[in-house]
Amino acid sequence: MKFGVVVFPGTWSDCDFHYVISEVLHQPVKYLWHRESDLSDFDCVILPGGFSYGDYLRAGAIAGRSPVVGALPEFIARGGHVLGSCNGFQILCEAGLLPGALMRNECLQYRCQSTFLRVENAESSFTRAMRPGQVLKMPISHGEGKFFADHATLQGLRERKQIVFRYCAEDGRATKESNPNGSLDNIAGIVNEAGTVLGLMPHPERAAESAMGGTDGLLVFHSLLGSLVEDGTFLKR
Amino acid sequence: MKARVLVRLKEGILDVQGGTVKRALAGLGFAEVRDVRVGKVVEVDVEGDSAEAASARIREMCAKLLANPVTEDFTVEILPPR
Repeated sequence: MKFGVVVFPGTWSDCDFHYVISEVLHQPVKYLWHRESDLSDFDCVILPGGFSYGDYLRAGAIAGRSPVVGALPEFIARGGHVLGSCNGFQILCEAGLLPGALMRNECLQYRCQSTFLRVENAESSFTRAMRPGQVLKMPISHGEGKFFADHATLQGLRERKQIVFRYCAEDGRATKESNPNGSLDNIAGIVNEAGTVLGLMPHPERAAESAMGGTDGLLVFHSLLGSLVEDGTFLKR
Repeated sequence: MKARVLVRLKEGILDVQGGTVKRALAGLGFAEVRDVRVGKVVEVDVEGDSAEAASARIREMCAKLLANPVTEDFTVEILPPR
């Protein structure tokens, strides 16, 4: 599987993703400048976190109309996978590739902390190596991560099992206190209907080595790579 | 031709910034403030002399970029020539 890590002016997690994919997972990966629109060489495109175009107008608004994002619908239609984390999730929503929007955190604070996530759907391409109900630990780092969607959209997300991660307490309960940004229904991550496009506010690339304080983020990559994961351990490739 | 676009959160969507501004105003003694909602103004200068055509184009800009249809409403006002 060949990864492309998109770089916009203002992206900041591109090096982290590149490092994890090349040095931890030993997979082929290339940086993709935002003006690129030829994605024929890639199987998975990563939209990393950061402040693309300074988050001018709205978080992810300008990036959501860039050439590389404009090429994504065709890429997705031919079976390509897309992972948007943090700013990448905002970009996917702005581009209409995922439903809903990310709004200013309800607390108005920028939140940079560790969070617990409950796996709600373990059948998508990004979560198939997890167990339903499994609690993962991953950091967040954002000021605009409150997921919002109208009632009908939320119902659709629930019915089609597109909600893959919810913020929760360490014991797995999705409580108000465990919701760091006021996200609707504690939503931390969703997928498209086919399960091939993931948007999540947490940073899996910052939970990929024990020195980082945890390796739960690797489960996202290992799901993608089709590896088996049991009880928090994973099979080395 | 100049136009003023007002982009604001849809009614019914919690405006946390507005709420904070309201509390700050109350702290300054403006106890009569019932509600505050914060939006943004985008001034657009376009070529052409038909207000109708300009308005239609700017509405298209709003739908495609200037406003997020999930969370925001917009109004377009063509400004009188100076």
